[in-house]
Amino acid sequence: MLVQISPHFPALQVVIPFIAAPVCMVLRRENVAWGLALAVSWISFFISSSLLIRVLHENVISYHIGGWAPPWGIEYRLDALSAFVLLLVSGISAIVMTYARRSVIAEIPSYNRGKFYALFLLSLAGMLGVTITGDAFNVFVFLEITSLSAYVLVAMGAHNDKRALSSSISYLIAGTIGATFFIIGVGLLYMATGTLNMMDLAARIADLGDSRTVRAAFAFIVVGIGLKLAIFPLHLWLPNAYTYAPSVVTSFVAATSTKVAVYVLMRFVFTVFGTHFEFQQLTLVFLFLPLALLGIFVPSLVAVFQENAKRMLAYSSVAQIGYMLLGISFATVAGLSAATIHMFNHGLMKGALFMALGAVAYRIRSTKIADMAGLASSMPWTMAAFVGGGLSLIGVPLTVGFISKWLLIQAALEAGEWWIAVLIVISSLIAAIYVWRVIEVAYLQPAPADLTVKEAPLSMLIPMWALVLLNFYFGIHASLTTDIATRAAKALLGGGT
Amino acid sequence: MISFTPEAALGYSLLLPLICAVLIVLSDKSPNRREAVTLITSVLLFADVLYLLVSVLHGVRPRLQLWEVIPGLNLTFAIEPLGMLFATLASGLWIINSIYSIGYMRGNHEQHQTRFYFFFAIAIASTLAIAFSGNMFTLFIFYEALTLSTYPLVIHKQNDEARHGGRVYLAVLFSTSIGFLLVAIIWTWVIAGTLDFRPGGILKGAADPAIVPVLLALYVFGTGKAALMPFHRWLPAAMVAPTPVSAFLHAVAVVKAGVFTVLKVTVYIFGVDFLSTTGASRWLMWVAAATILIASLVAMTKDNLKARLAYSTISQLSYITLGAALASSMGIIGGGMHIVMHAMGKMTLFMCAGAIYVATHKTEISDMAGLGRAMPFTFAAFLIGALSIIGLPPMGGAWSKFVLIMAAADRDQMIMIGVLMVSSLLNVAYLIPPVVYGFFGKAPVTASLGSAATFGPGNGLKEAPILCVLPLCLTALGCLVLFFCADSIYLFLQTIF
Repeated sequence: MLVQISPHFPALQVVIPFIAAPVCMVLRRENVAWGLALAVSWISFFISSSLLIRVLHENVISYHIGGWAPPWGIEYRLDALSAFVLLLVSGISAIVMTYARRSVIAEIPSYNRGKFYALFLLSLAGMLGVTITGDAFNVFVFLEITSLSAYVLVAMGAHNDKRALSSSISYLIAGTIGATFFIIGVGLLYMATGTLNMMDLAARIADLGDSRTVRAAFAFIVVGIGLKLAIFPLHLWLPNAYTYAPSVVTSFVAATSTKVAVYVLMRFVFTVFGTHFEFQQLTLVFLFLPLALLGIFVPSLVAVFQENAKRMLAYSSVAQIGYMLLGISFATVAGLSAATIHMFNHGLMKGALFMALGAVAYRIRSTKIADMAGLASSMPWTMAAFVGGGLSLIGVPLTVGFISKWLLIQAALEAGEWWIAVLIVISSLIAAIYVWRVIEVAYLQPAPADLTVKEAPLSMLIPMWALVLLNFYFGIHASLTTDIATRAAKALLGGGT
Repeated sequence: MISFTPEAALGYSLLLPLICAVLIVLSDKSPNRREAVTLITSVLLFADVLYLLVSVLHGVRPRLQLWEVIPGLNLTFAIEPLGMLFATLASGLWIINSIYSIGYMRGNHEQHQTRFYFFFAIAIASTLAIAFSGNMFTLFIFYEALTLSTYPLVIHKQNDEARHGGRVYLAVLFSTSIGFLLVAIIWTWVIAGTLDFRPGGILKGAADPAIVPVLLALYVFGTGKAALMPFHRWLPAAMVAPTPVSAFLHAVAVVKAGVFTVLKVTVYIFGVDFLSTTGASRWLMWVAAATILIASLVAMTKDNLKARLAYSTISQLSYITLGAALASSMGIIGGGMHIVMHAMGKMTLFMCAGAIYVATHKTEISDMAGLGRAMPFTFAAFLIGALSIIGLPPMGGAWSKFVLIMAAADRDQMIMIGVLMVSSLLNVAYLIPPVVYGFFGKAPVTASLGSAATFGPGNGLKEAPILCVLPLCLTALGCLVLFFCADSIYLFLQTIF
C-alpha cells in the first residue's frame, strides 16, 4: 500500500494536515484532537524524510497536481533545498506537538484547545505548501494560510497576557502588507511573462532580459518577503509576537516560519530571477549586505538589555536572520550553503531554547530573567537544556551553531571579505553575553526562599531534550547536513536544476 | 580489550576520564567511593599513557581517525612527541592532584564536591584530547571544551567574587578564541585546504609571506590560555577557584594547553623553517619578552600568595612563547622542556599555598611570618619549587632555561638572553621572600587561628592534613628528579625534527 501511494507523497505532504485541521476543530475531546495533530505531525515528518531521501537520489522530484503538465497545471517541485526545509518544518512540528499537550492545557482555555490544534495544523500545512510548490501564485496562497493561522495562534496568548492581542494586530498588519507587496510582484511577473510556474518564469525572465517591469516585480517581492522574514528594519512585529504568543506557538513559529520565508526569498532571488542582471546583483551587495550586518548587530545588542528571556531570544532570532541574509548576499556556493545550513541549525537551537522557556513558563508562570533566580536547583533538566541550546546559539564547538559559524566565516573569507569574518565573530560574542545573563541568574543566584517548583513533566522534557541532543548530534556529524546544504546551494546557483 | 594496540590505548586515554566522570556522578551519595573512582581512574589513565609513551619511544605514531564533522574536516587524534610529553605530564600530575584534592576539599569542608570532581574529570579528558589532537580543528574543539568544563570549577564558591572571576575568565578566553583563533583556523583552512598537523607545516608555499605575521598574531593572541599580555587577565581572575584547581588546571592543564597550542602551531602549522625564513615571528619575541618582565614586576606587588603565583605563571608561560617565537628547533625543545619543568615547580608552589590555607586559612604573604617553623615540610617544598622556577641547579627548571638561553644565543638574540637573566633575578625577588619570611619572620603575638603559642619555635608542627602535604612533597621531589633526567626529555623532543 505504501508503495502505491508513495509517488503521491508530495501531494499528501500538504493534504494530510489540511484535512486533519478541520477534523481537530470539531472533535469534542481535546486529547483526541491533540492525538490527531500529533499523528499528523509525525506522518508529515515521515513523508518529508522519505521525500528527502528520494531527492538525494533523484535530485529533483516534479509532481503534477491532477496530472496537468506544467506550466498549465500546478507543479510541486522538490530539490535538495525544499526537501531540507520540509524536513525541518515537519520535524520541528512533530517534536513540538509531542511536547505541546501539557503546555497547551496550562496556557490555552479549554474552549479554544480544539481550535488551537486545528490552527496549528493549518499553519503547518501552509508552510509545507509554500516550500513544496513550484508555482508562484501558489506560494502566495500558502503563505497567507500560514500567516492567517499564525495571527490567531499568537492572539491565543491573550489568555495569559492581553498584550498578545495588540502584538497579533501588528503582526497582522505587517504580514498583510508583506503579502500584498508579494502578490503585486507576482502580478507584475505574470504581466511581463504570462506564466506563474517558477521554472517557466525563470526561463522567460532570462529570455526577456532586463526590463522595468521585472525590476519592479523584484523590488515588490523582496520587500514583501522581507516583511514576512523580519529582515531588519522590517522586524518590528516579531519581538512582541514571539514574546506574547503561547509557548508552544513561539517554539514552533520561531523555529520554522522565518525559515520558510528565507526559503522563499532564496527561491525567488536565485531560481526565479537569477543574478544575471546588474539590478539583482546590486541589491545583494548594497541592500542585503548592509541590512544583514545591521540586522546582526542592532538586535543582538538590544537582546542584551531585555528583561524577559523570551523577548531576548526573539531579538536574537532577528539577529540570526541577519546571518542567513549575509550568507545569501555573498551569492556564492559557500555563502548560500552557510545560509541554508544556518536555517536548519537555527531551527534546532531556537526550538530547543523556546521549549525550555516554555517549561519554565509552565512551572513559574513567567519568563522574566529576574524570576528565574536559582531555578537550576529546582529545574535542573530544563535549565541544562537551556544551557545546551544556549551553547549552540553562541556557537560552541560540537554544536550546530559552531558549524553554521564555521561555514559562514569560511564563506566570508573565500569572498575575500575578512572584515565581515571579524564582524561575525564579534557578534557571536554578543550572543555569549545575553545567553550567559540567563545562565548566571539561574545557576549562581540563590533561589528565593518561597520558591517551591518542581521539574517540568517528562512529556515536556523528553521532546525538549531530543531537540537539544539533535543540536549536538548535527554539530558532531555535520557531514550530512552540510552536504545537503551544499547541493541546495549549487542547485540555486545553477539555475534551479 | 582483545587486542591492546597503541590505537586502542589512545582511544582509552580519551574515554577513561569520561567514564570516570559518569561514575563520579553515580557515586554522589558515597564520597569514599567517589574519591576511589577518581584515584583508580587516574592511575589507570597514567598507566595507559605510559604504555603509549613506550610505544612512541619505539617510533610508533598511533593515529585514530573518528568521523567527519564537516566534509573534509575530521575528528582526528594522532600522537607526536610534543603531545605525548604533555599528556604524560598531565596524566601523571592528575594522580598527585587527586590525592591533594581529597585532602584539600575535605579539609576545607567544601560544598558541591561531586560537581567538582565531575568537571575535573571532563577537564582532564579535554586536556588529553588537546594533547593528542591530529589537526587544528580537533584541537580547537577541545580547547573550547576545556574552557567550558573549567568554568564551573572557577565559580565553585558561587559568591559574588567567584561570579566576577568567572565572567572575566569566560570573557577573555572566549573572546580571544572565537575572535582570533577561530578566524585564524578558518583562514588557514581556506588558504591551505587542510588543517592537519604536518611536520614542516602546511602554510609553506600556500600563504603569502606578507600575511604570515598577521596570521601568527591571530593564532598566538587567539590562544588566550597562553596568557600573552594583554590577554592575561583571566588567569588572576581564575584564582577564586579552590586551590587544587589553581594548582593543576591553572598551572598545568589549562595554561599548558595554551602554550602547547602555540608550540604545535609553530611547528606543525607554520613550520619552524618557514617562520624563520620569513621572520614572521620576530615581533612575537618582543611581546613575549615584555610579558615576561611586566608580569614579574606585577607579581612583586602582590601580597596575596595565589595572585603572586598567578602573575609568575603568566611570566613563565611567555618563556615558552618566546621559545616558539625564536623559530628554531632549539627554541621549541626549550619551550617543550619548560612546559614540564614549570608545571612541576608551579604545581608545588600552588599546593603549598593551598596547604597553608587549609592549615591556617591565611592567604596573604604578610600574614605568614613564622609559619615556616610550624609547617616546615610545606615551606621546604615551596623553596624547592621556587628554586626550580628561578632556574637554579639542582632543580629541573635550570635545564629548560639553559636550553632557552642557548636557543636565543643561537639566533643572536642577545637582548632575549638579557631578558631571561633579568627575569631570573625578578623570580628570586618575589619567590624567595615568602620562604624567608615564613622561616625567619617573627610570628605575630595574637595569631588569628589557634593559640598563639602553637606558632612559636619548637612548639610542634601544625601541618595541613597528610593528603595535602604528601603530594606537594612528591612534586618537590619531582623537581629534583627532573634535573637528572632532563636529557631524556631533550632527546625525546629532538625526534620532532
